[in-house]
Amino acid sequence: MDVEGDDSALPEDSGRRRKVHGMLKLYYGLNEEGKSNEQPQALDPCDINGPHFDPEIYMNKLRRECTLAELMDQETCMVKQIRSLDSDMQTLVYENYNKFISATDTIRKMKNDFKKMEDEMDCLSANMEAITDFSARISGTLQDQHTQITKLSGVHTLLRKLQFLFELPARLNKCLELQAYSQAVSSHRRARCVLQQYSHLPSFRGIQDDCHAIMDKLAQELRQKFRDGGTSAKDLSECVELLLQLDEPAEELCDKFLSHARSRLESDLQGLEAEIRPHSSSSRRESSFHRSSLTAAAAASPNENISNLTSLPSPTSNADILEFIDRGCNEFVSSLCLVITSYQELFIVHAQSDELASKNITQMANAKLHAFVDDLAACYFSLVERRIQEEKSVGDNSLLVRALDRFHRRLQAVAKLLPGSSVPHHGTEIVIRAATERVKQYLSALQSFYMDSLTDVRQALATPRLSVAGGASHLGGAGSGRDAPTSLPELLSSLSASILNQIKSVLASVHLFTAKDITFSNKPYFKGEFCSQGVRESLVVSFIKFICQSSRQFCESAGDKGGSTPPILLLLLSRLCLDYETSTISYILTLTDEQFLVQHHTPVTPVTALCAEAREAAQKLLNHYVKVQGLIISQMLRKSVETRDWVNTIEPRNVRAVMKRVVEDATSIDVQVGLLYEEGVRKAHSSDSSKRTFSVYSSSRQQAARYAASYTPSAPLDTNLLSNIHKLFSERIDIFSSVEFNKVSVMTGIIKISLKTFLECVRLRTFGRYGLQQIQVDCHYLQMYLWRFVSDENLVHFLLDEIVGSSAHRCLDPAPMEQSVIEVICERG
Amino acid sequence: MEDDAPVIYGLEFQARALTAQTAETDAIRFLVGTQSLKFENQIHVIEFDDENNIINKNVLLHQAGEIWHIGASPADKAVLTTCYNKTSDSRVVSCAAVWRMPCDLETESHESPDDSAHNPQALELLCHLDDSTYGNAACVLWEPMGDGKRVISLADNHALLWDLQESFTQAKVSSTATLEGKGQLKFTSGKWSPHHNSSQFATANETAIRAWDLRTMSQIYCIENAHGQLVRDLDFNPNRQYYLASCGDDCKVKFWDVRNVQEPVKTLEDHSHWVWSVRYNHSHDQLVLTASSDSRLILSNMVSISSEPFGHLVDDDELSEGEDNHQEEKNKEPLKDSVVSTYEEHEDSVYAAEWSSADPWLFASLSYDGRLVINRVPRALKYRILL
Repeated sequence: MDVEGDDSALPEDSGRRRKVHGMLKLYYGLNEEGKSNEQPQALDPCDINGPHFDPEIYMNKLRRECTLAELMDQETCMVKQIRSLDSDMQTLVYENYNKFISATDTIRKMKNDFKKMEDEMDCLSANMEAITDFSARISGTLQDQHTQITKLSGVHTLLRKLQFLFELPARLNKCLELQAYSQAVSSHRRARCVLQQYSHLPSFRGIQDDCHAIMDKLAQELRQKFRDGGTSAKDLSECVELLLQLDEPAEELCDKFLSHARSRLESDLQGLEAEIRPHSSSSRRESSFHRSSLTAAAAASPNENISNLTSLPSPTSNADILEFIDRGCNEFVSSLCLVITSYQELFIVHAQSDELASKNITQMANAKLHAFVDDLAACYFSLVERRIQEEKSVGDNSLLVRALDRFHRRLQAVAKLLPGSSVPHHGTEIVIRAATERVKQYLSALQSFYMDSLTDVRQALATPRLSVAGGASHLGGAGSGRDAPTSLPELLSSLSASILNQIKSVLASVHLFTAKDITFSNKPYFKGEFCSQGVRESLVVSFIKFICQSSRQFCESAGDKGGSTPPILLLLLSRLCLDYETSTISYILTLTDEQFLVQHHTPVTPVTALCAEAREAAQKLLNHYVKVQGLIISQMLRKSVETRDWVNTIEPRNVRAVMKRVVEDATSIDVQVGLLYEEGVRKAHSSDSSKRTFSVYSSSRQQAARYAASYTPSAPLDTNLLSNIHKLFSERIDIFSSVEFNKVSVMTGIIKISLKTFLECVRLRTFGRYGLQQIQVDCHYLQMYLWRFVSDENLVHFLLDEIVGSSAHRCLDPAPMEQSVIEVICERG
Repeated sequence: MEDDAPVIYGLEFQARALTAQTAETDAIRFLVGTQSLKFENQIHVIEFDDENNIINKNVLLHQAGEIWHIGASPADKAVLTTCYNKTSDSRVVSCAAVWRMPCDLETESHESPDDSAHNPQALELLCHLDDSTYGNAACVLWEPMGDGKRVISLADNHALLWDLQESFTQAKVSSTATLEGKGQLKFTSGKWSPHHNSSQFATANETAIRAWDLRTMSQIYCIENAHGQLVRDLDFNPNRQYYLASCGDDCKVKFWDVRNVQEPVKTLEDHSHWVWSVRYNHSHDQLVLTASSDSRLILSNMVSISSEPFGHLVDDDELSEGEDNHQEEKNKEPLKDSVVSTYEEHEDSVYAAEWSSADPWLFASLSYDGRLVINRVPRALKYRILL
């Protein structure tokens, strides 16, 4: 209280007041607040406000430190302070005294007031007693009348009930007229027990009979209504509910309900079927026309059917698959769901809550429902599958995927409503089948794309180009037709790129099947088997295998006819396959594996096997290329040898035109191959490669030696030894053998084939002197130009030697030409 | 079991023509005709002594010219035909003739090489099979089964059937067939079918194979484009009448069922150059011999299209004779079509290969450099076929 007074009395001088306050506290030993910061002050004995103030020390200090004037000032200051402190003290004491006086006054006043209140309370309790007394008296007098009123009201209600009973038949009739069936049934239900109980009384009996008759009629009407099926699902379920309440047998109702639902769902299905129909042939369209006109007659919603009918003749109105599935979902699946829910509500949930229903009704109802759903879903699925099968165009996969997704998603609703049903399972199977089918379609699309691009390449190769590869142009003339266009590598890269792009886009399309937002993508099939077996194996791997196989077919089909495939295409394809072997296959497969996160549960075709296959195809193509080109040149050589009369030929003045043509062709092939394949390794050339002379007599001289010893009967093995010695030391030459993937090896192969043909043809002819000389000239010419193409020039030397040697053998008058003359002729061209 | 090493015989001249002495069924004997433009050509009669593994030979002079084809009569072992080139002035003409070998040859012993060196005997000309109107002769075919009185010669685009009368001294053309068509058509080779009572023969020209009926001299069937390139040779399966083998410049050997000539029944691609000759073994037609200008000779075992596709059928009687059961089981496992062996004894193109008429397990091949190699079917295979 003093603090409060302190506050109100001295609000302005807070600084001083705190000081005073502090000192008061100090005086009373209350020193809890601000302990720490007062510590240094407090210890100071010279602090006049501190607790440890020692006047003696303080005085001594002052006396020691201050001048007299200061001491005088100090003293006046101190006196002033003491004085003010005194006045403060006086004020405080006075204030406290005042407050104490006023408190004493208040207490005295309170004492007086309480006494007055006590008297009034006493008066109140007396009054209450009187009231209770009166009330008891009143209720005692009214008791009799109250019981009488209660009895009367009981009689009244009974009478009203009786009246209800008597009025019941009329009321029921009226309800029947107004078709307020539910009211009628509830009324009847209320009365039924009573009527049953009092049926021994004739009057009640009459009422009961009347009611029965009416209710039978009602039931009849309900059943009729139920049967026509014109009502909506809600009406229908109401109907069923009422019938159930009328103790109709549940099983029959189930059947009826379901058969009714079936007719409606089937009309939905027919609507769907009508949408598929326009695709099929006219005869089928007619039959469907017939059928849907039947359904139109029977169906509940004729408008829709009529619209279907009108849409039939125009196949253009065929909806896309998404619309179809949408329609299927919205019409069929949603009404199926509706049927399931209402059925379950009516027969299963109801029956479970109903005390009179036994367990087996629920079971029976469930079984019926399952059979019903399975049956209809099977029809639906077959329709959906037929529709999916019509999806042949592979243009936009997202549409199909979305449609399938919707299809699958909506079936989940059925799954939720009907746990344990096989419907969603079958649905998933359909989706899987559709997906695999789609993958197959993509494969065939890829294959046809590949064949188309090959045709394009073929055309591009066939169209004559103005720009001719540089190396061949100087030879000019007839050879230019076979020259490779400069764009050969570009053609290859564009072919390879377009195939790769196509694969990528197909992969992207297929990837939609496994997208995260698609409901069926988390099925185990789509996570595992679809990726590894479906996409990787039957799409990507199959396509690569197809490429290899079709390449091989080029070799085989062209093998007999010889010219159906342009050789450049063979070369191009061989390079393509080789590129596939070195990089593309592993790239594609890695891409696939990454995109589809393929986990190989089942064994898959390893990259190496595919690479080996591609390499084999490349090898085969290249071999075939060599063979075809070799045969083209061979053919020229053969014709030139076969058609000439070598005995009666004139003295050679020129190299024959065919040899020039051979060299031209070889050059252009060299350029062609050089565009796609690397140079390759060749053995070091001897310095005088083009200057080498032919030893015409290299073998015939030996022969002459043999003839000298002639007619010694040849003992096995010895005489021939000499002629064959050089062959023993040279390796056997395989003419149509495998070549390596480089230019030199290819050229070697071609030249080998050509020269061997030349040799064999020469051996079948007989030559005159000039015939031999012509051959000498020709061979020298070939020697001059062909050595640069092959890996081992000795091979060319050997074969040309053989040719000249053989023609010398086959010569009637072997007089070889002077080497210098040959050289002159050849250099002249 | 070790197979015998091949026996090699060298001729002085280049040679293309080889035949077995068909009428000889006891001694293993081959005839080789040489090709030389400058020297007298010869026919070497080579007898192989199987017991001692040595070769006996006789040289007969064939003065008419270089020999391109040689055929031995199936009825008379002394009679043979040749097709040869005759050079007169600056013209080369191909002719055909029937010859008789001197009969005292067989009794002579030619152990020492010097013997025959002194006096090579000449062939006795029986008659010419020439008719200049028909062009150059390519080959002469003997009737395979008959009495050796009929031959067919192929000349350019004509096939001539000759009747040899008065012990081969007179030849008369009894009927001819001509291949009509664009360009210069030329038969390259032919074969007289041993089936159908010897009433059919087949010819090859360019890439086609044609069969002819001798009675009407008209074409029976034609395998167009039988090979991608020239067809070089063909042979009839001796045991299956509709089967035919052919070979050509596409390095392939093809087997045909002539009832369906669209596709070959089987194709072999083992050679690396033109195949010049194909020969069925006379008694075991699964054994097929092919010769190629890649200097190789290949013996193939074509079980699947042979007359004994399941191996030699063994009678129950033989089984009960206490045969080694183990060996019986070995028979049961089916043999596959395969290359039995590749013979690389030749250094030059092999243009001809022939089975011996006396020993079905023995064959000879001839390369251009005049090397004749006599080989046997590997014993292991021989026993598998026999047992």
